Amino acid sequence: MSAAVAASGAAASPRRRPRLARTGLAAVLLAVVASVLAYALQAMGLSGERPDNLVAYGIAFGCLSLAGWFAIRRTARAADPVLYPTAILLSGLGLAMLFRIMTANGAPEVARYQAVWLAIGLVCLVVTLFVLRDIRQLDAYTYTIGLAGLILLLLPVVPGIGTEINGAKLWIDLGFLSFQPAEPGRILIVIFLASYLSQRRELLAAGVGRLGLPRPKDLGPLLLAWGVALAVLFLERDMGASLLLFGVFIVMMWVATGRWSYLVLGLLLFAIGAFVGYLAFSHVQVRVDSWLHAMDPKLVADEGYQLSQGWFALASGGTVGTGLGLGSPTLIPYVGSDFILAAFGEELGMLGVAAVLLLYLVLVGRGLRIAVERHDGFEKLLAVGLTTVLGLQVFVIAAGVLRLIPLTGVPLPLVSYGGTSRVATAVILALLLRTSAGPWLRARRDRRGTTEAAKEAS
Amino acid sequence: MDRQIRRLGIAFVALFAVLFAQVAYVQVIAADRIANQPANAARQIRAEYAVERGQILAYDRRTVLAESVPNPDPDSQYRFIRSYPFGELYGQLTGYYSRIYGRSGLEQAMNPYLAGTAPEFTTQNLTDIILGRPKQGGTVLTTLVPRVQRAMQLALGDLHGAVVAIDPTNGDVLGMYSNPGYDPEPLSTGTTQEMEAAWREVTSAPDTPLVAHAFQDLYLPGSTFKTVTASASLEHGWGPLKEWPNPHHLELPGTEAHIENFGDSYCAGGAKTVTMGGAFQDSCNVPFAEIGMALKAERMSGQAQAYGFCRTEPTISLACQDQTIPFVLPWEVGHFPDSMYFENNEAALARSAIGLDNVLTNPLHLALVAAAIGNGGTMYAPRLVAEIRDATTGQTIKTFQPDEFSHPLTADSAAQLRVMMVSVVAGGTGSAAQIDGTVVAGKTGTATNGDDVPPNAWFTSFAPAGPGQTPRIAVAVIVLDGGDIGNEATGGQIAAPIAKQVMEAYLG
Repeated sequence: MSAAVAASGAAASPRRRPRLARTGLAAVLLAVVASVLAYALQAMGLSGERPDNLVAYGIAFGCLSLAGWFAIRRTARAADPVLYPTAILLSGLGLAMLFRIMTANGAPEVARYQAVWLAIGLVCLVVTLFVLRDIRQLDAYTYTIGLAGLILLLLPVVPGIGTEINGAKLWIDLGFLSFQPAEPGRILIVIFLASYLSQRRELLAAGVGRLGLPRPKDLGPLLLAWGVALAVLFLERDMGASLLLFGVFIVMMWVATGRWSYLVLGLLLFAIGAFVGYLAFSHVQVRVDSWLHAMDPKLVADEGYQLSQGWFALASGGTVGTGLGLGSPTLIPYVGSDFILAAFGEELGMLGVAAVLLLYLVLVGRGLRIAVERHDGFEKLLAVGLTTVLGLQVFVIAAGVLRLIPLTGVPLPLVSYGGTSRVATAVILALLLRTSAGPWLRARRDRRGTTEAAKEAS
Repeated sequence: MDRQIRRLGIAFVALFAVLFAQVAYVQVIAADRIANQPANAARQIRAEYAVERGQILAYDRRTVLAESVPNPDPDSQYRFIRSYPFGELYGQLTGYYSRIYGRSGLEQAMNPYLAGTAPEFTTQNLTDIILGRPKQGGTVLTTLVPRVQRAMQLALGDLHGAVVAIDPTNGDVLGMYSNPGYDPEPLSTGTTQEMEAAWREVTSAPDTPLVAHAFQDLYLPGSTFKTVTASASLEHGWGPLKEWPNPHHLELPGTEAHIENFGDSYCAGGAKTVTMGGAFQDSCNVPFAEIGMALKAERMSGQAQAYGFCRTEPTISLACQDQTIPFVLPWEVGHFPDSMYFENNEAALARSAIGLDNVLTNPLHLALVAAAIGNGGTMYAPRLVAEIRDATTGQTIKTFQPDEFSHPLTADSAAQLRVMMVSVVAGGTGSAAQIDGTVVAGKTGTATNGDDVPPNAWFTSFAPAGPGQTPRIAVAVIVLDGGDIGNEATGGQIAAPIAKQVMEAYLG
């Protein structure tokens, strides 16, 4: 009976998958062409000449992208075919923009490092898929992963290894390597939450009383997460990381239990935390003031400079933009990291920004689709959590640049400058791909099992 | 859980929809308002310098007064630099185009056309985007005639002053030159330090070269204003042959002062009476002061206003109440007091009738008055820009039509006044402006500048002025502070020959 079910499942997918695989390969090739074109255009816009290394760049970018694609086909045959080409297109556009920005700033080597980091991210993606043959392996180490995540989040506070940059303690310096532990920490916390909530969700949901409120003893995890988020905010002064962490937590709580009360309570706690943060910290007050009054003549050249320059870049771009390499995005401080969306806005216009945001929406849509398609609670919650981390991060930085919310310095995934972020996003994508594809070895064993069962039957 | 996941999907779509809405607001709906803020100056200037700004051409469409040339420094962030091939000859008209000091002159007034941002360029700009052509500004075609402008520079030589030439039939500015002028190029190109040095030099130079004597300063017109007083008289029906008492001095009512003729001379050899025509030819002050008082304040002020003189209230403020004659460049229109000012102040009216007291003008306005007389009583506003053309196709994008300003006097009065002005050149104070084979009409003026300072010498004229001829050029000249002959300078002596040279250059 079980063999028959497996056989019918195995028979259904090969009919569907090859076509999707061909479309996916075509999409990767298209993404490569668009990325290389963007690289050529930015160089031509800057200097008026075709870049000398265009062919080499195209071959390198194309080969790496295709190698990644075939590695995914090898290790996760049934994986979602849309995620990877979309990610390649975003990375390629981002890399072209980084070359444009860093060349104008007289430091093209910085963009070359990012190209190397992109390759490292790709390797991490493939390695993750090779090593992690079944996503449910992660479900076995709930508390180990949770503890590791917590340690990573709070590591920068430890004296001696935490480094303060721009008023926030985001970095740890290991001497040979410095990175932002919040990025990998966030992923571990999501894995922990998916594992923990998939085990407890019935209890947590059942515990909601007649008033729609959870029992006091079930509030523990919520308050703990709130405490961690506040700790990140208070000790590391990292508004972005704190916001993302707590946002992911309440979304996953709500999805797992189906109870609105968790969402409402979560938002309430968030509001309290934000208010206390505003009262307690001058750097939060400065952020809020410069957000509200960036265009004020008193602040426009001062605290509001970055935000107002971002708006000026967007407004100067108009509908279609100045063209790659033809605007002045380098007037914006940190345009390569926090404000890269404004650079797209200036040089590719409203249409360019809309296209980039749509690509992220595609990633979010595919991620949630994976969650719906999986049947296991852990896999569902993991896909939801990883997608939410990605989508929320895009929203927080885009809305910050657009002045919808106060600016919190988080990178735009795949596009912004930043090695840690590239690797972390690659791992998120790898986990999503692995979730969507199902286990690697199990599929083989199943196939072998199926044939053996078929032999036995005959 | 699937229901929550679908709701989460909707929530993300909603969040991104808010982002899209804000993108549309910042980049399209409010884009111009945001991008035009002064704090965005750096980006505005760089965008401006990325465009090949249009040329400013003379009327012959060949002589380039200002153009953008590729920056010889390939590393510069500014792709084009502005060049002014004739330097100070046209400097006060083209103005400068400086990334530090902004724009002036035609560079400022015609900026939307030169930069290609005017609404007329929308189609062309879209085509450029589609075809991938670099954006190019429009060509500004002026009315300036290079040989007239050069003749002005040559004729004025080292003398401080200004010359303006107008086509009486349509108000076209044929030439307009002041000395001292300035070369806009050092203010517009080069390093920041070079520009700052050039700016210091031009702003600290004596006699303010950034302000054009021809149209941005005001001076007492003296006897040249008798053209206006005579117009009022003719319009009132008092012809050139009407006799006026001719005392040696005219005592001014209500004061200890009196009016005397130039050099305290006797008009018409001291005869008992003199005709207006005779007094005009010899530029006698006494009869014209009498004419002004006889005409009364209302008529004098009315006539001056018909010529575009701005009403002032000297007892309150010397400033012009509102600009009268339109012009593409910022300019000072002539002043004449409101009639209220002359109530119980007949002395002021007498002085005003001979271009003193609070009457002020400049060569541009005076040339427009002469042009109106020469053109049979129809006065045009000055026109400096004739057309805007597409730089690539040469097509006309916009035409600036001649602008009829007023009818300050009837054709009949204009014809009579023309005869009076012809007699000034033929046998009066303006004989130095005579041209062989061409009838010239003119009026001299010598306006005191204060007690110890040499006078300003004036001449206003038009030609050809024979019966039935249509004048083709009106010229007004001022030579400041007596030119090179000091206290003895008169308009007839020093200004009339300059007008003659300019008219000869044009009429050939």
